[in-house]
Amino acid sequence: MLELARVSAGYGAFRALFDIDMSVQAGEAVGVIGPNGAGKTTLMRVISGLIRPHAGSITFDGRSIGGKPPHQVVAAGIAHVPENRRLFPRLSVEENLKIGAFVPAARAQLASRLAAMYELFPPLRARRNQLAGTLSGGEQQMCAIARALMSGPKLLLMDEPSAGLAPLVVDQVFDLVQRIRREGLTVLIVEQNVQGVLDVVDRAYLLEVGTIKLVGSAAELREHPFVRRAYLGV
Amino acid sequence: MDIFLVEAMLNGLLLGGVFALLALGLNLIFGVIDVVWIAYTELMMIGMYAMFWLYAKYHWPFLVAMAAAIALVALLGLLTHFLIIAPILDAPPINQLLATGGLLFFLQSFATLLFSTEFRNIGVRLPTLEVAGMFISVARLAAFGVSLIGVGSLYVFLRRTYWGVAIRAIAQDRQIIGLMGIDQRKVYGITSAIGGAFAGLAGCLLVLQYDVHPFIGLSFGPIIFMICVLGGLGNLLGGLAAAFIVSEIIAVGGFYVSIDLSYVLAFLIFIGLMFWRPRGIFTR
Repeated sequence: MLELARVSAGYGAFRALFDIDMSVQAGEAVGVIGPNGAGKTTLMRVISGLIRPHAGSITFDGRSIGGKPPHQVVAAGIAHVPENRRLFPRLSVEENLKIGAFVPAARAQLASRLAAMYELFPPLRARRNQLAGTLSGGEQQMCAIARALMSGPKLLLMDEPSAGLAPLVVDQVFDLVQRIRREGLTVLIVEQNVQGVLDVVDRAYLLEVGTIKLVGSAAELREHPFVRRAYLGV
Repeated sequence: MDIFLVEAMLNGLLLGGVFALLALGLNLIFGVIDVVWIAYTELMMIGMYAMFWLYAKYHWPFLVAMAAAIALVALLGLLTHFLIIAPILDAPPINQLLATGGLLFFLQSFATLLFSTEFRNIGVRLPTLEVAGMFISVARLAAFGVSLIGVGSLYVFLRRTYWGVAIRAIAQDRQIIGLMGIDQRKVYGITSAIGGAFAGLAGCLLVLQYDVHPFIGLSFGPIIFMICVLGGLGNLLGGLAAAFIVSEIIAVGGFYVSIDLSYVLAFLIFIGLMFWRPRGIFTR
């Protein structure tokens, strides 16, 4: 479904990603783990078009999306939950969701999508008219995920959904990922919480200093001596 | 209370309407695109000239001329964005300021060259109403009413439409707006056109009260910037409130001292308030 071939990217003269090869099949949940500064966020940003790749190709459903502006990538069916959630704090919860359904195809189904989101995330229904900036961390994460789902994506990119949340809320977020998967969505999730993410994905890539160091099933990575030593602390 | 003071305050309120319109347009552009159009009231001046030519010279019906003038200045707003701002969107703010400053001199010189420095009057004499011993100009009353309609329409647009919500969203976080499926350039284009249209509308209203000449923008530009800064740059409601505060200072100051000195007074109060709240009186 998503195919990256020899993708390089960065900011100005600084290169953050080197020759990344990666694929995500329809229906899969794939994780990307790695330390701070490994290029995980850059990887998300290059897929969703926030930055242009320096080299390499990105294809989605057989169509090239590399270097396309982000609004076209959304229209193609990729939604991105950005790092730190990035809700619009002075818009209400419902306005945040509405703006998530901006692409014409999604606009037509606004009412049914809103209902589906309130079904999936009941706390959001109770707070629909509240400003998004006043939500708790966990609710903000729900709202950010719901906003991304409003566009009706085929692939959901999630950047550090558990970052900055209380431990109990982190568990809830990973439960949410499970539920989204059951809805049949394909998920690519970047996380520093290696233990948590390996429990919810089928496969994962280990990214270090801009290159892919390891790739394997969640079980394989969990048992891999290097991952155990460096990331799981056992 | 002194009836003349009430009259002055009423006039202040009416003046505040057009100030609010201009401040709102400028603030919208700043809040969304993060640039200050120094030449904003020069766009208004072009709107006044458009009214003068279309209505007074070519005898178009007033409302048709008005619609054409607004459309023309909206188009100028679009051109300002795409020809001047868009190429230097990522440049340091001072460069953007200088570029729109250059536009100010360009528009002034352009008007001087084309229309000469002659003061031109559209030749519409609206009556003055006498209410309870006070004199109220119908031109000002109309300007106030139409300004309020403009402000109200913008409010509804920003609240109720997809593009309106997008404009409010982009003012809060411009980097991720593309992830919502929104084309940032289109939002900037729409915002610039609205900003231009507001300058054009203000021009149509002011041409009923003032003669137009190439430097008329300078009579309004500084005061509008002051209002925007006072209300907090980019803060639409703050700018709206500041417009009426400043117009009252000018009107009431003009009543007690003189109308020229009241502008000095307004700027002195402004400087004082800036020491107290440097980021605008409505910004915590």
